[in-house]
Amino acid sequence: MTKNGMGASVRRKEDYRFITGSGQYTDDINRPNQVYAYIVRSPVAHAHIRDLDISAAVATPGVVAVLTGADMAADEVGSLPCGWGINNKDGSPMFEPGHPPLAADTVHHVGDQIAVVIATSRAIAKDAAELVEVDYDELPVVAGLEAASADGAALVWPDAPGNVCFDWEIGDKAATDAAFEQATRVASIDVVNNRLIANAMEPRSAIGEYDSGKDEYTLYTTSQNPHVIRLLMGAFVLGIPEHKLRVIAPDVGGGFGSKIFHYAEEAIMTWASRKLKRPVKWTAERSESFISDAHGRDHISHAELAMDDDGMFLGLRVSTRANLGAYLSTFGPSVPTYLHATLLAGTYKTPAIYAEVKGMFTNTVPVDAYRGAGRPEASYLLERLVDRAAKVAGLDPIEIRRRNFIKPEDFPYQTPVALEYDTGDYEAAVEKALELSDYDNFESRKNASAERGKLRGIGISTYIEACGIAPSNVAGALGARAGLYEAGTVRVNPTGSVTVLTGSHSHGQGHETTFAQLVTEALGVDFDAVEIVHGDTGKVPFGMGTYGSRSAAVGGVALVNALEKIRTKAKKIAAHLLEASADDVEFKDGQLTVVGTDRSVGFGDVAMSAYVPHNYPLDELEPGLEETAFYDPKNFTFPAGCHICEVEIDPDTGVVQVVRFTAADDFGRVINPMIVEGQVHGGLTQGIGQALYENCVYDESGQLLSGSLMDYCLPKADNVPDFAVTTNVTPCTHNVLGVKGCGEAGAIGAPPAVINAVVNALAEFGIDDMPIPATPERVWQAIQAAK
Amino acid sequence: MYEFNYHRPASLDEAKQILAANAEAKIIAGGMTLLPTMKLRLAQPSDLVDLSAIDGLDAISDAGSAIDIGAMARHADVAHSEVVRSAIPALADLADAIGDAQVRNRGTLGGSIANSDPAADYPAAILALNATIRTDQREIAADDYFLGMFETALADDELVVAVSFPKPKKAAYAKFHNPASRYAIVGVMVAETDSGIRVAVTGAGACAFRASDFEAALTESFSADALGSVSIDSDDLNSDLHASAGYRAHLVRVMAVRAVKALGG
Repeated sequence: MTKNGMGASVRRKEDYRFITGSGQYTDDINRPNQVYAYIVRSPVAHAHIRDLDISAAVATPGVVAVLTGADMAADEVGSLPCGWGINNKDGSPMFEPGHPPLAADTVHHVGDQIAVVIATSRAIAKDAAELVEVDYDELPVVAGLEAASADGAALVWPDAPGNVCFDWEIGDKAATDAAFEQATRVASIDVVNNRLIANAMEPRSAIGEYDSGKDEYTLYTTSQNPHVIRLLMGAFVLGIPEHKLRVIAPDVGGGFGSKIFHYAEEAIMTWASRKLKRPVKWTAERSESFISDAHGRDHISHAELAMDDDGMFLGLRVSTRANLGAYLSTFGPSVPTYLHATLLAGTYKTPAIYAEVKGMFTNTVPVDAYRGAGRPEASYLLERLVDRAAKVAGLDPIEIRRRNFIKPEDFPYQTPVALEYDTGDYEAAVEKALELSDYDNFESRKNASAERGKLRGIGISTYIEACGIAPSNVAGALGARAGLYEAGTVRVNPTGSVTVLTGSHSHGQGHETTFAQLVTEALGVDFDAVEIVHGDTGKVPFGMGTYGSRSAAVGGVALVNALEKIRTKAKKIAAHLLEASADDVEFKDGQLTVVGTDRSVGFGDVAMSAYVPHNYPLDELEPGLEETAFYDPKNFTFPAGCHICEVEIDPDTGVVQVVRFTAADDFGRVINPMIVEGQVHGGLTQGIGQALYENCVYDESGQLLSGSLMDYCLPKADNVPDFAVTTNVTPCTHNVLGVKGCGEAGAIGAPPAVINAVVNALAEFGIDDMPIPATPERVWQAIQAAK
Repeated sequence: MYEFNYHRPASLDEAKQILAANAEAKIIAGGMTLLPTMKLRLAQPSDLVDLSAIDGLDAISDAGSAIDIGAMARHADVAHSEVVRSAIPALADLADAIGDAQVRNRGTLGGSIANSDPAADYPAAILALNATIRTDQREIAADDYFLGMFETALADDELVVAVSFPKPKKAAYAKFHNPASRYAIVGVMVAETDSGIRVAVTGAGACAFRASDFEAALTESFSADALGSVSIDSDDLNSDLHASAGYRAHLVRVMAVRAVKALGG
């Protein structure tokens, strides 16, 4: 292993600037002559705007402009686009409502943008925003899935009957029905997957800047994928060609999916900067984040599992309703469909699966990808159902999983729901987790808890996910309106240092370290001689950004492919310098050597030779040493693993405490084990958060009740135990790095493990059902009802 | 936040003059409630009168039969005070479990009880320990002080100066915190004082109150078992996203039992 190369737990080089407060986030950036925007948002969930009076706001000293939807319409600003189309069962396309960045005549959720007040200070803009008078003609509200699907429910969109955006299906219905005919045992479950709010530490922010001399725009924004924003906003909303629009996503403080999407504020700032010929800046307040960042999850599902006498799975039937919110966020429709239902095979060899998903509109904030995106919903549903199936079949939860696992010899394995898993060893992960969790001694720990008056339970989940969404042609056939490759450029500088331009984007993941490790590994250059550049369409050739645990599996592979091109060219240059054949040159640890001789040249000399080509094969090779690779994966990657959770429940109060948590994950090969472990810790904490603490709640009128951190409970340090984390590696078979991705696994595997543990702890009361999050009152009420 | 004038008087008299001269002025102590309220534009004081520069308002002293704590004493001061901990450990423990470290370093005793947030911790101690609230004008007995949600016996122009906590024979505080805010969903202090057993509840109702049935049961027999047959009516209790009134009523007894057990009962 190269020092600081693949597999080394190198300390994160970006942390110095983050820890010392010298990171540059969007709100840290200030442009000359900048003005400040404050967005006027709807306080009601559904209403016609009868009248909008901005005169008092305009007259406020310091106010530069007040712009409305009418101004946008006059400038022919387009609708915020949806990046994934879903077809109904009958082949017809989903209903796609318009989504103007500033509402024109109707608001559809609390927080919907109505106007923007721009002033010389934030305080003035906010003061003046209070003077904007809006006369609302309130309309009936549907604030949740049950309300939206009730008979005679009010409509969010008059042209979407039943509030249905799409009614989609996957799998073989007839084969699945036949499996149920044969079944001797059936387990079923109804689950709600709770709605979540990402709450990235850095609130969203955007600065639009227009250069009238060059007729060029720059947008600084808190984004996970600046090139995607450039494409969506430039082509669909503002009509700005790529060469006139630069999007910069500098340091970004957490995304978890919520910063993938193209948001109204990005378009508003960019558009306003041209109207005013001044840079316009907006930064969300935390309260604003709650009602304007896309939310996550929010499914209601019914599922049934058909088995034979031995507990072997014969068929799975799933029916899901998914809340999409009032508008379609950028990738909203893909989450409950292709990122959810395609994962319902889990780690099991269920021969027949049929799932149907109704995407529904409600008068709430749009819902889109949040850490795991669809896969946590699938994993939660399936792993809860399998635990129930174990009871029905009279089997141990681990035994029923073992019986039904896809075995190592079954790969590649084609599931009944579109995906083909390349590799895995689910049994091995279970073995590792059982050992690390000291599973065999659970009973003694349970007895010790009982002596302290606590109920102890243990729960398992054996999840799978699909990461690095790909290939582009397959995704395109499934409705993706973008490619899903990644680009990487390696620029070797004349003195041998290396600048990498990557289309991946780091907003906490540590790319500046892990990608530098890949360069060190391939070229043998010093770790500190590598600079990773990301997040700027003006610098990076192209990129699709970071989401779906794709950076290593797609962006990392693009980088490695570019590095391989550098190695090939370097060998040719060295062959010239050493008067040998390129085939005889070995490139190792930064030295290029003619095999079997002591004739050798350092990589730095090769680089210098490429830029000062006095002794150089100019008739065969171009000068310079810079290569770009675009990589479009052959398949998804399939991280999987086994999570085991132990909880203690206080029966007097219903409080659940996670006391032990073990994760044995298969992420393929690992670039930096320390960073991977950190990603797992964060994912598990968010998974435990979903299982026990976090819940986004609207009242019937569409007001967000959990609208601040006083009521929306993020997990805190004392809510999680020390995690026991290990990996079980089966390298991905179709990318050169053998990597699969690790960012979302914790949030996918943890919720079912936690709830299975809670249910296990309460088994003595005959409790078999537990709503998520398992809050103290819910647990206490369940115990009371069972008594 | 709206614009306001900021004052930092050096004496109580000066503070009172500023308050008298500005009808819309507000006192700010730690600002843990007032500042967020102002940031959300739910309060619009014309003037803020900051009490932090007034000498002696944060004093903590042993007055023989009682511990006197100045209105500007921070929660962290109370939690870490040897004087408090040796005489009334339950009070130090209560202060140490308020909010988080940042809140404890800013929030004050006077601010907490002047605001009378239904979920604040200190009100339980005021009632259970039979404290006396000393203002710039008079002394107010604990039982006369809390009137309702965010409502106290303080007059508009009256300032809390200090609180005198009589030393109990024994006292314990048990709290069930809101997992998000760490405010009390239910907090119960049980104390044996010179005036008998006192049980005070915060978090559950519009303001802190004494649970007289619990007191009677414990007076008869100071034991957890004695609380087995008493309950609290949920009709007047708070109900929100985190806890229904019925659950709160249940938690009042659970927390009371825990406090009693902590005292060996």
